[in-house]
Amino acid sequence: MSDQARILKFQIFRYNPLKQGDKPRMVTYEVTEAPGMTIFIALNDIRENQDPSLQFDFVCRAGICGSCGMVVNGRPDLACRTLTSKFPEGEIKLLPLPGFELIGDLSVNTGKFMRAMSERVESWIHDIKADEVNYDRLEERMDPEVADQIYELERCVECGCCISACATKRMRPDFLSAVGFMRLARYALDPRDKRTDEEFYEIMGDDDGVFGCMTLLGCEDYCPKDLPHQTQIAYLRRKMVQVR
Amino acid sequence: MKVIYTDSLIIGGGLAGLRVAIAAKQRGYESIILSLIPAKRSHSAAAQGGMQASLGACVKGDGDDEDVHFGDTVKGSDWGCDQDVARMFVNTAPKAIRQFAAWGVPWSRVQGGDREVIINGQKVTITEKHEAQGLITARDFGGTKKWRTCFTSDGTGHTMLYAMDNKAIQMEIPVHERKEAIALIHEDGVCHGAVVRDLITGKLIAYVAKATTIATGGYGRLYAVSTNAVISEGIGTAIALETGIATLGNMEAVQFHPTAIVPVGILTTEGCRGDGGLLLDKDGYRFMPDYEPDKKELASRDVVSRRMTEHMRKGKGVSSRYGDHLWLDITLLGRKHIEKNLREVKEICEYFLGIDPVKEYIPVRPTQHYSMGGVRTKATGESPTLKGLFSAGEAACWDMHGFNRLGGNSVAETVVAGMIVGEYVADHCAANGLNVSTHTIQYFLKKEEKKITDLLVRDYGENPFELKAAMQKIMMDKVGIFRNGEDLAQAVEELKVLNQRARNIALRNRISSSNPELVEAIRVPKMIKLAQCVAYGAMLRTESRGAHAREDYPERNDRDWLKRTLTTWKDDAADLPEVSYENLDVMRMELAPGSRGYGVDNTVHHPDTEKREAQIDQIKKDNPGADRHEMQELLNPLTIPEKFKGKNERIGRGYK
Ligand SMILES: Cc1cc2nc3c(=O)[nH]c(=O)nc-3n(C[C@H](O)[C@H](O)[C@H](O)COP(=O)(O)OP(=O)(O)OC[C@H]3O[C@@H](n4cnc5c(N)ncnc54)[C@H](O)[C@@H]3O)c2cc1C
Ligand code: SF4
Ligand code: SF4
Ligand code: FES
Repeated sequence: MSDQARILKFQIFRYNPLKQGDKPRMVTYEVTEAPGMTIFIALNDIRENQDPSLQFDFVCRAGICGSCGMVVNGRPDLACRTLTSKFPEGEIKLLPLPGFELIGDLSVNTGKFMRAMSERVESWIHDIKADEVNYDRLEERMDPEVADQIYELERCVECGCCISACATKRMRPDFLSAVGFMRLARYALDPRDKRTDEEFYEIMGDDDGVFGCMTLLGCEDYCPKDLPHQTQIAYLRRKMVQVR
Repeated sequence: MKVIYTDSLIIGGGLAGLRVAIAAKQRGYESIILSLIPAKRSHSAAAQGGMQASLGACVKGDGDDEDVHFGDTVKGSDWGCDQDVARMFVNTAPKAIRQFAAWGVPWSRVQGGDREVIINGQKVTITEKHEAQGLITARDFGGTKKWRTCFTSDGTGHTMLYAMDNKAIQMEIPVHERKEAIALIHEDGVCHGAVVRDLITGKLIAYVAKATTIATGGYGRLYAVSTNAVISEGIGTAIALETGIATLGNMEAVQFHPTAIVPVGILTTEGCRGDGGLLLDKDGYRFMPDYEPDKKELASRDVVSRRMTEHMRKGKGVSSRYGDHLWLDITLLGRKHIEKNLREVKEICEYFLGIDPVKEYIPVRPTQHYSMGGVRTKATGESPTLKGLFSAGEAACWDMHGFNRLGGNSVAETVVAGMIVGEYVADHCAANGLNVSTHTIQYFLKKEEKKITDLLVRDYGENPFELKAAMQKIMMDKVGIFRNGEDLAQAVEELKVLNQRARNIALRNRISSSNPELVEAIRVPKMIKLAQCVAYGAMLRTESRGAHAREDYPERNDRDWLKRTLTTWKDDAADLPEVSYENLDVMRMELAPGSRGYGVDNTVHHPDTEKREAQIDQIKKDNPGADRHEMQELLNPLTIPEKFKGKNERIGRGYK
C-alpha cells in the first residue's frame, strides 16, 4: 500500500423519479482513496460530504444480505464487498441494477420482485403435516449429505445480479429467471417438500419458465455467491422434459 | 390522513418480528409487518454461528438438557437475567428448532462414525453415535458446558430467516417494506399503533392496531465500529422511550465480540474458536490459557474480550495503522473444514482483507456486537407500563441475557420469544378491541408532520451526519469495554450537549420524499437519547457485571446491584433520562447467585444468597423422589402457554 492516496473518480447514475423535472444523468464525484476502501465506504463519504441526496442501499455491508447489487464498471456485483483498489485506473462507474423498478439513483426495488418470485414458485415446504409436527419428539431424520446439498442451493441472497445479467429476462418481462430456478431446484431436492414433478411443471414448464432459458449463463458468471446455475438449470430442464 | 387498521402490528421483519406475526396469524389475527428493508435482508441473516438448543444428539452434547442450558445461560448473564424467562426459554428452544426443521431449515446433521476435530489446539478423533445419524448436530461455542449450538454449515441466520420469511409468505402475511416507524400512538397508558414514514414517498401513515410489537433489533450503531448492520440504530427502542411511559431495561449492558476484523468491524463468527481456532499475540503466542486456564478461547464473550484488551494494554498487540489488534488463527482447521463450515469467514477475509485464512492469520479486535438492553417487558413480552405494547428479539429486554448473552442464544431467543410472545399478543388481540379516537391518531400524525416540516424549512443548523459521528466517537472512547467513572461522566456531559444541538438540525437537501439526509435527521436525535441512556446507566452502575466492566469498581456487587436498570424519558425537553431500579428477587431464583468461574471471584454477596441456597437444599432434601422436571417446578414454577409445556425427547434418553 503506497501512502500516496489516489483520487478516485466516481461516475454515478443520478435520477430521482419522485422529484419533479429531474432527469437521468451521470454525475462525477472525486473521493480520496483510503486503505481498504470499499464502494460502501466511498458512497457514504460522498453522501456525507458532497451530496446528501444520493440514494443507495446497504444493510450488512459484509456481502451477506444482498442489498447492494449494482452495476460496477459494467459488472453486476455486491458493492459493499468491492474494494476500490480493484480498479487500477481509479475510475468507477456505477449504475443501478437493470430489470428492477428504480427507486432513485442506485436504489432499486429488488424486495418487491423477490417477494413476487417467492409467491410464484411457492417458496416453502409443501407438506400439510409441517404445521402439525409434534415438536416435543425427535425431529425427522435427514441424510447429512442431503442437508448440505440443500444448503448449497439456499445460499442465494436475492441480490438480483443474475436477473440483471440475463438476456432472456430483458426480452421476456415475466421470465422466471435464475433466482427462481435456483429456488425451485432447492425445493425439488428437499425430501420434506412433497410436491410432485407435475406440480413443479405447472410453475416452470413453459417459455417463461425453464424452457425459455437460453443457457447463455450470464447468471452463473455474475452470481456473487457462485451458485451452480448451469447444473441446476440443466437438472430442472431434464426433470421437466420427462413430465412433458 | 392515511390510516391502516390491523389486529397485530409488528415493527421489524427479522426473525423475532416474523415469528410473532406467524403466531398471531396462526391464531386468526390479521398481522402486518413493517420493515425498513425487505424482511430477508434483516440483520438476522448475518448470524453465521448457530442457535443454541439442548438436543444432545451429537456425542459432545451427550448429557445435555434444559437444566444444563439454563445453568450456562444464568451464569453467562452474571446472574443479571430474569430466571423465569431464562427457564421458559431453555425449555422451549428444542421445540423451536424442531419446528423450524419441519419448516425447511437444512440444519447440519449428525454423521455416525469417526470424525476428526480440533480441541484445544489438538487433532482429536471423536465417534458420533450411529443411532443419532441424521439428527440435528451441534458445535462448541463459548461459555457452554456442552456442544449445543446447532447450525447450518456457515449460514445459520440466513437459512433461519429465509425459512421464517417463506413461512410468512405462505401464510400471506404482508410485509410493508421501506417503511419506518417514527413514533408510537398511545393514550391513557395504552399503545394503539405507530406513525410510520414511507421511505420512498415520504408520506406519513398511521398504523392502528390492538397490539403493537417492537422487534427492531439492536442499537449497535450507537458505536462507530460495530459488527451490526448499518440499520441497527435502535429506532424501535427509541420510539418506545419517547412515549415517556414505556421503560427500557439495562441499556448499559452492551456486548463486545472478541473477533471482528480490523478495521471495518465485520464479524468472524465464534464458530471459528468453537471449531478450534486460537487467539495469538504479536509474538504468535497463544495467551488465553494464561488468563483462563479452564475455558481458554472459549470463555464467555465478555471475558475473552476483556482479556484480549488487557493483553493488548500490556503491549502484546500487533500494531497497525488502525491501532493494535491480535490474531485469530484458524489455519489449523484445514482447508476442507474452512471451505465448508466457515466459508462465509473465508469470503470475508478474501474480500475485505485480501488474505486467505487457510494460510494466514486474521487481524481481530473486540468490537461492539450485541445489545442486551432494550424495551423492558414482562415474561409475556408486554411492557409493564404501556399496555398493548410488546417487544421481542434483540430490541427487547425480556431479559434472558442479563449482562452478557451467550453466543447462539440470540437467534434462539428471537424464535422462542417469537413463539411465546406471539401467543400473548394473540391473547391480547382476543381480549381487546380497536378503541382509539381519530383525534388521538391525528394528534400523533400532526406532531410528527410538524417535526418534519420544521426540518425542511430551517435555513441554518446542525449537520445530522456530524452529530452522529460525534456521538459514535464518544461511545467508542468513553463507554467501551472497560469503563470508569471519569470517562463516563464526561460522556454523559458531552452527550447532553449533542442532545441540545440535535434539536436544531437543518438540511441541505430539502425534499420530503426519499431523502437519506432527512432519514438521518429523524433518527439522530433518537439515537443520541439512547446513547444517553447507555452512558448514564453505565455511570450510575458502580459495579462490574457481565459485559459492564468498571475499572473503578471491579467487583460484582450483588448486595447493592442485583437489580435491573429502568430508564424512561418523561419530559421531552429534559436533557437526561430518568433512571430507576427493579430488584431481582434472590429468594425466587432457581439458581442462587454464585461464581461464574472466571478469574478471581470478588463478588460482594447479597444477604439473601445464603438463605436461598439453604432453602434450595432443604427443598431438595424434602423431595428425594422428585425427578428433574418436578424439581424445576418446585424451584421455579413456570407459567407458559399450554402448547409449550410438553417435555422434550432426546436420543438415548427419551423424555427423562
Ligand atoms: C454479525 C453477527 C453475527 C451474529 N451471529 C449470531 C449467531 O451466530 N448466533 C446468535 O444466536 N446470534 C447471533 N447474532 C445476533 C443475532 O443475529 C441478532 O441478535 C438477531 O438476529 C436479532 O434479530 P431480531 O429479529 O431481533 O432483529 P433484526 O434481525 O435485526 O431485525 C430488525 C428488523 O426491524 C426492522 N426495523 C428496524 N427499525 C425499524 C423501524 N423504525 N421501523 C420499521 N422497521 C424497523 C428492520 O428492517 C428489520 O427487519 C449475530 C449478530 C451479528 C451482528
Ligand atoms: S442461463 Fe441465461 S437465460 Fe438462462 S437464466 Fe441464466 S442468464 Fe438467463
Ligand atoms: S442466484 Fe446469485 S445472483 Fe441471483 S439473486 Fe441469488 S445470489 Fe444473487
Ligand atoms: S450490504 Fe449486504 S450484501 Fe452488500
